[in-house]
Amino acid sequence: MDDRTVLTGNHFMNGDHACAEGAIAVGCRFFGGYPITPSTEIAERLARRLPEVDGVFIQMEDELGSMAAILGASADGARAMTATSGPGLSLMMENIGLAVMMEIPCVVVDVQRGSPSTGLPTMPGQSDVMQARWGSHGDYAIVAYAPSSPQEMFDLTILAFNIADRYRVPVLLLADEVVGHMVERVVIPPREEIEYWKRKTPEDAGDAAVSPFMAADADLIPPMIHAGEGYRVHFTGLTHNEQGYPEMSAETHHKLVNRLINKIKINQNKIIRTEGLYLEDAEIVVVSYGCTARSARHAVRDARNRGIPVGLLRLVSLWPFPTMLFQELAGRVDKFIVAEMNLGQMSLEVERCVKRPVNGVFHAGGAMISPFPIMDAILEVAE
Amino acid sequence: MTTARIAEKHPLDEIIRSDRMPHIWCPGCGIGIAMRCYAQAILDSGIPIDQQVVVSGIGCTGRVAGYMNIDSYHSTHGRAIPFAVGVKLANPNLSVTVFSGDGDLAAIGGNHLIHAARRNVDIKVICINNFNYGMTGGQAGPTTPKGARATTAPYGNPELPFNLPYLLAASGANYVSRWTTIHVRQIRDDILYTFQKPGFTFIEVLSPCPIGFGKSNNIEDGLEEMFLYKERCVLVHDGDVHAEELGIDLREDKNIYIGKFIEREQPPYQPVRVEMNT
Repeated sequence: MDDRTVLTGNHFMNGDHACAEGAIAVGCRFFGGYPITPSTEIAERLARRLPEVDGVFIQMEDELGSMAAILGASADGARAMTATSGPGLSLMMENIGLAVMMEIPCVVVDVQRGSPSTGLPTMPGQSDVMQARWGSHGDYAIVAYAPSSPQEMFDLTILAFNIADRYRVPVLLLADEVVGHMVERVVIPPREEIEYWKRKTPEDAGDAAVSPFMAADADLIPPMIHAGEGYRVHFTGLTHNEQGYPEMSAETHHKLVNRLINKIKINQNKIIRTEGLYLEDAEIVVVSYGCTARSARHAVRDARNRGIPVGLLRLVSLWPFPTMLFQELAGRVDKFIVAEMNLGQMSLEVERCVKRPVNGVFHAGGAMISPFPIMDAILEVAE
Repeated sequence: MTTARIAEKHPLDEIIRSDRMPHIWCPGCGIGIAMRCYAQAILDSGIPIDQQVVVSGIGCTGRVAGYMNIDSYHSTHGRAIPFAVGVKLANPNLSVTVFSGDGDLAAIGGNHLIHAARRNVDIKVICINNFNYGMTGGQAGPTTPKGARATTAPYGNPELPFNLPYLLAASGANYVSRWTTIHVRQIRDDILYTFQKPGFTFIEVLSPCPIGFGKSNNIEDGLEEMFLYKERCVLVHDGDVHAEELGIDLREDKNIYIGKFIEREQPPYQPVRVEMNT
């Protein structure tokens, strides 16, 4: 039989389509979304592809509904996703908080465009990275990856689903218009090479029938109970005890919120992904991510050819932030340059960790940052 | 002298989370009556209890999800319907009910309400209408009658309210009815009926809110509002009264129409399926 779930082979496709194929390959069977440039091709691809694999595609009335619908589907055990861009992400924020509180896994793709507000719908941006981390109210932790190519749109979508399910957390794929619309070679591996990490079930741990939100294991992740499994479970966005029942107490609240954050913190080494180039002997490190990392790589290579001891640290994951890696680098690297298509967001995190001012190559968005301003920054700090 | 006797067991123990009692609702509130009807309907339906799912939004009625001993989701304000749409579509074997209030469903969640009705998604909506926001202390909402007083309408509500059956009829719901909390058998029977009625169904239940709505509008207590329903309610059947005439103004000496207003046989929403060549 023709396997329509994993389109194994070499493809020439754009990043949005690669994301959709990654989702289907890793078992996403529910998409609820609302069209928005430059993410729409993800919805269009899934509208065509999900019906082929017994999946559900529904175009919701807005992004609030989209986010709520994927949580409902995931509450049944379905792998569920939505895709949007900045204005839509703003509308999804409340229910991203609900996903955190209910610990319902989900994947939210944000193909970033020039912002704020309606901004530059058809042009790239990277200015949602702080909103992705902090946009919903309250203290919490999420996971975010930033693909740099259509291939990574495929690969990181797969990782996003696996991380979401393993840690019961919303995972954001912070793409941008460039990687979303860029057409490149995408290699889809054979089905058996696609990793699939299943959710922890009640059979895996503890007495879930009594305490469905008790994290008995060292990873702080309670098993996931789905609708229809017979546990008669209660999920609420209210502060709740281990039974899942609302409990309006400062003590319960403190304990719950700390666990929601700590379950990401203690597992961060399994979640964080970075890529280094010439870092071993680098005295200057350029930090970048997403489409901007492509220009940064170009500039770093050119600078190396000129004999400048510069390296590249590409953030494949943005959240949780690789604090310890930066603290380690800070001990042996002199200067840090952060290149990003916003006016200095992740650079704040870098400064926090390396404890010195960093040089920024910033742009408000609308066009990819070329290698030249990054090279200029390298030359400036190398003097 | 009589002494209170505490029963060992209640017929609804299996279906209500008795370990969460007492509930938060005020004396005279009607939500508990409607929840009891829902619980009875679940028991009477013959549908395995483990296939029953309830989704609520936020507000007094939103607490129903937390009291039902079935798989229950207490979602965000206004988003019970799209959450339920996801639950239903990802697992069509589940019987999915949205139990929430008028403010949650018709104001902040109004867009989802009309679109789920338009799509005719197979979810069962029970909407408690108590004419105000009760949880937050009696503010005006989308169902507050024009001129009625509320803490955010101290000079009388300047807005016209929604006529919910008319809205739902226009939006495409397969079934629309209205009862009040004096109609306990009808509510239970109607919920039972909607469990087997495919498509989007909507039951509006008028409910006293003596602390929120009553106090500002010269309705002494929950019982007085129940008497008011008893006096004014007029039972109609599908087609008897045009949906446009179904609006309510509790303060006027006008009929409050109750009954089954809309009954359609449109097929429910089905996700698209494509058979691939093998």
